[in-house]
Amino acid sequence: MRHIKAINQKARRIDDLLSGTEGDIEGLQQSGGAERPHYPMGCSIVFSPGWEVDSSGGTAGLCQPVERDLYDCYISCYWPAQVPDHLNNYPEWTSKCAAATKDWRNIDLVFP
Amino acid sequence: MQLQLSELHQFEAGGNPFVYLVPSGGIFALDDLSRRTIEVLKQRPREAVDLLEELVAGGAGREQARNCIEELVATRALEPAGGRQAAVDEAPAAFPLQTLVINLTNQCNLSCQYCYEFGEDKVATPEGKPKFMEFETAKQSVDFLFAEAGSRKQVHITFFGGETLMNFPLLKRIVDYSRQEAAQRGVAIDYSLTTNATLLRPEIIEYLSENAIGVTVSMDGPKELNDQLRVFANGKGSYDIIVPKVKELLRQHRTRPIAARVTLTSGVRDVIGIFRHLKEEIGFHEVGFAPVTTSPNRLYAIGEKGLDDVLAQFEQLAYEYRDYALRGELHGFSNVSDTLSELHQGISKSHPCGAGLGLLGVGPSGDISPCHRFVDSDTHKLGHVSEGLDREKQQEFLKHGHIHAKYDCHSCWARPLCAGGCYHEAFVRYGDTGHANLHYCDWIRGWTDLCLRIYGEIATQNPGFLKHFDQRKAA
Repeated sequence: MRHIKAINQKARRIDDLLSGTEGDIEGLQQSGGAERPHYPMGCSIVFSPGWEVDSSGGTAGLCQPVERDLYDCYISCYWPAQVPDHLNNYPEWTSKCAAATKDWRNIDLVFP
Repeated sequence: MQLQLSELHQFEAGGNPFVYLVPSGGIFALDDLSRRTIEVLKQRPREAVDLLEELVAGGAGREQARNCIEELVATRALEPAGGRQAAVDEAPAAFPLQTLVINLTNQCNLSCQYCYEFGEDKVATPEGKPKFMEFETAKQSVDFLFAEAGSRKQVHITFFGGETLMNFPLLKRIVDYSRQEAAQRGVAIDYSLTTNATLLRPEIIEYLSENAIGVTVSMDGPKELNDQLRVFANGKGSYDIIVPKVKELLRQHRTRPIAARVTLTSGVRDVIGIFRHLKEEIGFHEVGFAPVTTSPNRLYAIGEKGLDDVLAQFEQLAYEYRDYALRGELHGFSNVSDTLSELHQGISKSHPCGAGLGLLGVGPSGDISPCHRFVDSDTHKLGHVSEGLDREKQQEFLKHGHIHAKYDCHSCWARPLCAGGCYHEAFVRYGDTGHANLHYCDWIRGWTDLCLRIYGEIATQNPGFLKHFDQRKAA
């Protein structure tokens, strides 16, 4: 910790306990609040191997389902990705999908 | 998320800011930013986002401010508003016994007027019970200790009275028997006793030293103070009798530090004078003080003003202790070292002391009590050494004494160390062992704050000294 320093034995135990939980995979956590810049899960601007392909070069053993990033890459990102982009070319792509868990079949392929 | 300050106590030591966290008992040093964060939240709770903006507006980097808030939340110096968590767990159903206080006799050759065993506020009901413990009872007590100690690798016996040395032959037999039992079980055992020193003889001193038996002498200071209340039945003071014996004890007993234990009363309040006399002139290694336990209307009770005066003198001695500690020397004012030890470990108590948990008392009859102060009291009996602990009564006592049950304490930052204070004191004052000792709250907070400041100074300027407190003392 940088702003408070453990002084007695109990404080050191608290510190040890916390440092044990630090460095958890932040991307998986929903906390962080509105203040934190939002990085799409697995996007190539952060280094997180295991998203694009698994250890054998396929997609069966990914740490995240590819669908996890559908909206992230579609809505908020400028980078040309494997999904249609909302900003310029396919603003209507998900218009028939009100709830992804229910309506995901309505998100169709596009043919540029 | 709205954030508020958790329970904490801020203090400064050597010009540096610290916090003492309640209820964890953790002590942390603050930097400028974390101190400012706490100051901002002291005014009122804030949305986390607003707090962040306020810190940034005050000149902090955004990432820095975010880290700072996260650290304070993680250590629970800050908490979500309205989200306070229950602090201390319930006491375990069975707790291995560590210390047994054996009252070898309830008889005494002095007639100190304030004595809690014989005085006007006594809780003991010794009528019809043995005055001296029999060896058979002592043996059962030792067996009881080992049986209740469970997996502990170290146990402790304290000999007490009455006047302990009035039954010295039994003490020796207990030491022999318990050593033998301890060796068979592969458990370490050590001993201590409290005495008024009137019966010390060279052969007793030699025995105590050879067996590394810790000795605490009850004594109230120079002659004119000691002899006010520590008198024989005929009213004659005990000072002249005990001083040569105590000096002999200090000369010959080399295996353990010897402590004096002073009872402060309305007429015996010259803390500094008493300390100088006992430490420097008599030569005790340590001197500890406690205000007399009494109902408030007794002549020897210390009034509120008197307690302030005592605390002021405690403060002066405590700063002396600090100066010694910064030079790496031991001072001998044991009230400070006891508190520093608890602060160092960051103890947070569910109960004020180990009575009824890791410590029990046994009277000459074999009756078990929460501690030596309740020995021979039918009201507080928790079983008999021949039959074992009355678990139901023990649980009732512990539940009653738990910090959860003391609503007065729930908003007090000093409760991790105090937990409501001495059961016996509470019983004498309020007729209830589970009552918080409200008559010394200000004293406890003042004392804890003082010791925190001293701890902070030692921790920053001579942290090596704190090694003295690394091992938890036996109860």
